[in-house]
Amino acid sequence: MGKNLMKRKEPLTDTQLLMTITIGIFLVMYLLAMIFLQGGFLHTQQIFDMLNDNASLIIVSCGLTIVMIGGGIDISVGAVTSLVVMSCVLYLNGGGNLFVSMLIAVAIGLCFGVGQGFLISYLEIQPFIVTLAGMFFARGMTTILSVNPQKAEHEGFTLLRDTKIEIPWLGYVAKNGNLVPARIELGVVVAFICIILIFVMLKYNRMGRNFYAIGGNQQSALMLGINVKRTRFMSYVLSGLLSGLSGYVFMMHTGAGNATNAAGMEMNAIASSIIGGTLLTGGVGNVIGTLFGTLTLTTIKKIVVSSGFNDPWWQSITTGGMLCFFILLQSVVLGRRSRKKK
Amino acid sequence: MQEATLLQMRHIDKRFPGVLALNNVDFTLRGGEIHALMGENGAGKSTLIKILTGVYQMDGGEILVEGEQATIRSPQDAQNHGISTVYQEITLCPNLTVGENMFIGRENSPWIKHKEREERADEILGQLGIPARSTQQLGSCSLAVQQMVAIARAVDMNCKVLILDEPTSSLDDKEVNMLFSLMKDLKSKGVGIIFVTHFLEQVYEVSDRITVLRNGELVGEYLTSELPQVELVAKMIGKELDELSALSEVDEKKSVQGEVFYEARDLSSSDAMPFDFTIRKGEVNGFTGLLGSGRSESVRAIFGADKVTGGKVKIKGEEVKITHPIDAMKHGIGYLAEDRKRDGIIADLSVRENIILALQVMNGMFKPISRSESEAFADEYIKVLNIKTASRETPVGSLSGGNQQKVILARWLLTHPDYLILDEPTRGIDVGTKLEIQKLVLKLAEDGVSVTFISSEVEEMLRTCSRLIVMRDRHIVGELKGQDLTQAKVMKTIAGGEKQNENE
Repeated sequence: MGKNLMKRKEPLTDTQLLMTITIGIFLVMYLLAMIFLQGGFLHTQQIFDMLNDNASLIIVSCGLTIVMIGGGIDISVGAVTSLVVMSCVLYLNGGGNLFVSMLIAVAIGLCFGVGQGFLISYLEIQPFIVTLAGMFFARGMTTILSVNPQKAEHEGFTLLRDTKIEIPWLGYVAKNGNLVPARIELGVVVAFICIILIFVMLKYNRMGRNFYAIGGNQQSALMLGINVKRTRFMSYVLSGLLSGLSGYVFMMHTGAGNATNAAGMEMNAIASSIIGGTLLTGGVGNVIGTLFGTLTLTTIKKIVVSSGFNDPWWQSITTGGMLCFFILLQSVVLGRRSRKKK
Repeated sequence: MQEATLLQMRHIDKRFPGVLALNNVDFTLRGGEIHALMGENGAGKSTLIKILTGVYQMDGGEILVEGEQATIRSPQDAQNHGISTVYQEITLCPNLTVGENMFIGRENSPWIKHKEREERADEILGQLGIPARSTQQLGSCSLAVQQMVAIARAVDMNCKVLILDEPTSSLDDKEVNMLFSLMKDLKSKGVGIIFVTHFLEQVYEVSDRITVLRNGELVGEYLTSELPQVELVAKMIGKELDELSALSEVDEKKSVQGEVFYEARDLSSSDAMPFDFTIRKGEVNGFTGLLGSGRSESVRAIFGADKVTGGKVKIKGEEVKITHPIDAMKHGIGYLAEDRKRDGIIADLSVRENIILALQVMNGMFKPISRSESEAFADEYIKVLNIKTASRETPVGSLSGGNQQKVILARWLLTHPDYLILDEPTRGIDVGTKLEIQKLVLKLAEDGVSVTFISSEVEEMLRTCSRLIVMRDRHIVGELKGQDLTQAKVMKTIAGGEKQNENE
């Protein structure tokens, strides 16, 4: 009898359930857009454009997902991204080395991650405050570096920037009869490598599982023998590192540094994570969900624009509505679950 | 099957600032036994457990595990000596699977082999007969199963000593039985189990031996089969039975015959079992029973402090609905909470502000009490109750415990309640103030106020109450009045009274 019981299919965990909902909603939404709005939504390039434009957002959202699974928050990610863009552009324009510029990006991200992580985990200061300070700090530094927009002129870099992977069989035939292949920027590749690595880490790595444990119940995690402080520290280090990467990807997409780069990116990243099924309270979430969270958010914006609402505030309003809807959905779904248990 | 001595704690001392929490306590655990650790609040049970698990460091004495001296400075040390603890609150992560909860935090390799681990977990769960699957999310299991998973984790860590700290307090009967059969199973495998609980019947159901502590001192170690329940209660409370019978002062207290003020039928709350209760105008009654017997939960239900789940309530013969403290207050009921620091005082507010709090709530937000009025009230009660405070604007937090209690009393008296519930009003305050409060209670009753008085000290209740309701394991097991109001009788009822309202 025991054998049969064991083979039974398990109900989804909270993480799986929320992720499934997000993916489902994304697919339905996209399908509806294809049917009713047609236009760009019928081309595969639409999806690739969404990825090209948002590769850096996807990367910071993944970092934020890690932090949020651990029960924390990091709102410095957008500002750090911006600082990395500006630093790297200035360095390259000053005749720097391409490889070193990548190291600089990673190093800046790591610095913020380590510093903030230390303050939050070991000195036990509120993560919101610490990363808020980090955000102001990074923004300020960016402006000190240059008030004016800086275009990257470095030869090697422009080559890298303009490199696109072309996939002919995913392309489409334009009106003039030419085949337009699907174009993917290198940043998207970086983003997907990040997603895969983080996914594997969160599922199969000891530290990855520990993130879930400390987010689920910090006190319990301590009792279970987990080094809570170090685990939390690592979540911020990873988030910082990913912000650095995101900065470089951002630069490869825009090719210029600007003090207002990535403004409000942290909020979009939080929104992506939440829509992707990460709970603000911690312990539940997944990077695949976050990817779809970002796509859902972007699709909504595209739908709003395609429907003729061109003013930017319509995008904000729909994003706000979307977020409310998802948070409500999460609490209803999870609330119903815990009631069913009793 | 009794085995060799597994664990010995010898001459354990533990001091906290101003208190000797444990004084020369010995404790011995043998392999393959369930050993109940008993004592009232403040007896030192949890201090002893915390020393054993490395949460506290002892100030004197020694711990021997399997005959060898053991130094336990952290929960990890305890773990390494094979000592595992399962706490009352579940200390697992509800968002992870059952299997993960059993293994997380003690893997050697940084990469996790989910399959292997699930098989191992299912194997252990199967062996222990725990109705859970390793791939289930822990949060989807009942509390009892979660607790058992915690035990399974401990078992897999080769624990020799398993400490169960109040494991049954949030379980229902069926779940308790499941837990007990698991405990017996582990016992037969040679594990020594320390069982801390407030439920007397459960102790007699599973334990082999009982160690009783009182006021930080060892009272003794007994075989469960040789210690009648009445004697156990006497040892916990600290009066020998003979001594008690001799003491019994039979002073006729006239039972009050006023009109019924409050009447409840089958009243129940999220924390209290259904019970019936009546109190007359000008009557002082008491709820007694050991800690955890449900006395506080019952009065909290009367006041609507916990979620009321059923029953009918009549006040002065009229049916009313009390589901929230404000309802109770509007019907003239006041409640002085058991935990002064948590539910009573607001430490940073002044004496005056604390005193007018309840009245202000009753009046509502839009009828503020004027400054001069509130000052007059505060001065009046500071004088009446003899509250020792530098001024009426002193923050309550800086007053002594007894004076803080008086401030809360003043707060309720100011609302001129018809019925006042005092839950442990005399705990942790000096003798003089205790007497003052007792006198005040009697005075209030003379003035026609109904009072419910709860205290851990039985003598105190005998002095003030004309009727005592005795509770055990969340049920009313007896009601004593008149000649029956003696220590011996109370204790007998606590230990052996029949459930349901048995009439004496």
